[in-house]
Amino acid sequence: MQDTADREEMLTVEIWRGREDGALQTYRVPRRESQTVLDVVTWVQRNEEPALAYRFACRVGMCGSCAMQVNGKPRWTCRTHVSRVAENGLLRIEPLANLPRIKDLATDMAPFFEKWQGARGRHEPTRTRHEPMAPVSSESPARKAANAGIECINCAVCYAACDVVGWDENYLGPAALNRAWTLANDERDADKAGLLQAVSQSGGCHSCHSHGSCVEHCPVGLNPTAGIAGLKRMTLAALMKGEL
Amino acid sequence: MMRASRNHPGWWAALGHRLSGLALALFLPVHFLVLGLALDSDAALDSVIAWTDQPLVKVAEWGLVMLLTLHLGFGLRVLALEFLPWRDPLKTLISLGAGASVLAGLLFWIVAL
Amino acid sequence: MLEARLYLLQRASAMLLVPLLLAHLVMILYAIEGGLSAAEILGRTRGNLLWAAFYGLFVTAVAMHAPIGLRNILREWTGWRGRSLDFATLGFGALLLGLGLRAVLAVTV
Repeated sequence: MQDTADREEMLTVEIWRGREDGALQTYRVPRRESQTVLDVVTWVQRNEEPALAYRFACRVGMCGSCAMQVNGKPRWTCRTHVSRVAENGLLRIEPLANLPRIKDLATDMAPFFEKWQGARGRHEPTRTRHEPMAPVSSESPARKAANAGIECINCAVCYAACDVVGWDENYLGPAALNRAWTLANDERDADKAGLLQAVSQSGGCHSCHSHGSCVEHCPVGLNPTAGIAGLKRMTLAALMKGEL
Repeated sequence: MMRASRNHPGWWAALGHRLSGLALALFLPVHFLVLGLALDSDAALDSVIAWTDQPLVKVAEWGLVMLLTLHLGFGLRVLALEFLPWRDPLKTLISLGAGASVLAGLLFWIVAL
Repeated sequence: MLEARLYLLQRASAMLLVPLLLAHLVMILYAIEGGLSAAEILGRTRGNLLWAAFYGLFVTAVAMHAPIGLRNILREWTGWRGRSLDFATLGFGALLLGLGLRAVLAVTV
């Protein structure tokens, strides 16, 4: 038994333990075929560190709860293969950047979702449930623009990747602004003016410097920078018409 | 600290844009003050121009012009990203274009000086 | 909506600065050919309304563009916020405008 373990390929895994004032702790984890970073964290929790705190739910890239910093980059860990990210058999796993740490790999997501509200990222209906559904052409340019941004899984990877989020505590961030952009293009939304005002406050869409880190890291391939640029143009048009 | 998540062309372009802009903003008052010397006399301006003939100052001047072309190139990138219809291949194209314009600027000034 | 207005000012001045800057770069190249001298520069620019207008516009656009960028940098990299920062960068803009227009005056009048 000992023999096979010795010959087994091992990963060196550093995992953040504690809150802000915690430290990295090193574990040796057996390498497996098709192993994901989430598999590695789960192995440590089940075999070495029963008190290790981390979040996951669906394990198939839909729920957006398992994002962590892996070797310095924010990633969805359930769909990130170790073979793609390990550097010389080393993994450094930390809680998502730009969010308060609760314990180990779990962050407090509240600021992320509060900013979602701050960007007025919720639908204001034009009709009640008693009226017929609004017909929306899937071919209209506005609908196409909205479609390009609606697959967000709220994983906060973009929020952790964004420098402006780290520099300006008021900045709403890529995910919330991307959501606002999809609503701005939804013809069923009743409060365009309110939405454009929400994204024009200090820390709104105009704070984005088009670094494109959100685009680089978004696991589902969205382009928040493009959506934010759309909001910039839309708010400029409103400003020049005196509607902002 | 250099975060791994920053290591991509867009981030480097934005950093170059910001640092060149900052340097230019600090240089501008000096530039204006020197030109303002012509109010006193032509000789005053000439004495500064003579000072700029030193090799080290020449290199610094070349650097300033580079900063200007850099800031222009990276600024065009931002304007393109924000105001041109966005398609994904365009992003690569814009980064290449910004790089090429910077390179062209570099060659231009090596030839010129 | 201060942020939206500043954004508009900065992007509008940037678009204006693109052709002005290209012209300025060509001017530099032309001016340094065969060495600089005050007589040469001033001989070209003095009493020329076109130069006065060109550089007057240039200076005005720069005086709008630079302080807004500086305000962003200071906000994000030093944590300086609020009214004091707004007034400080506004002051920087006024300084650029004043010194810049004085320089234009010096070389064209």
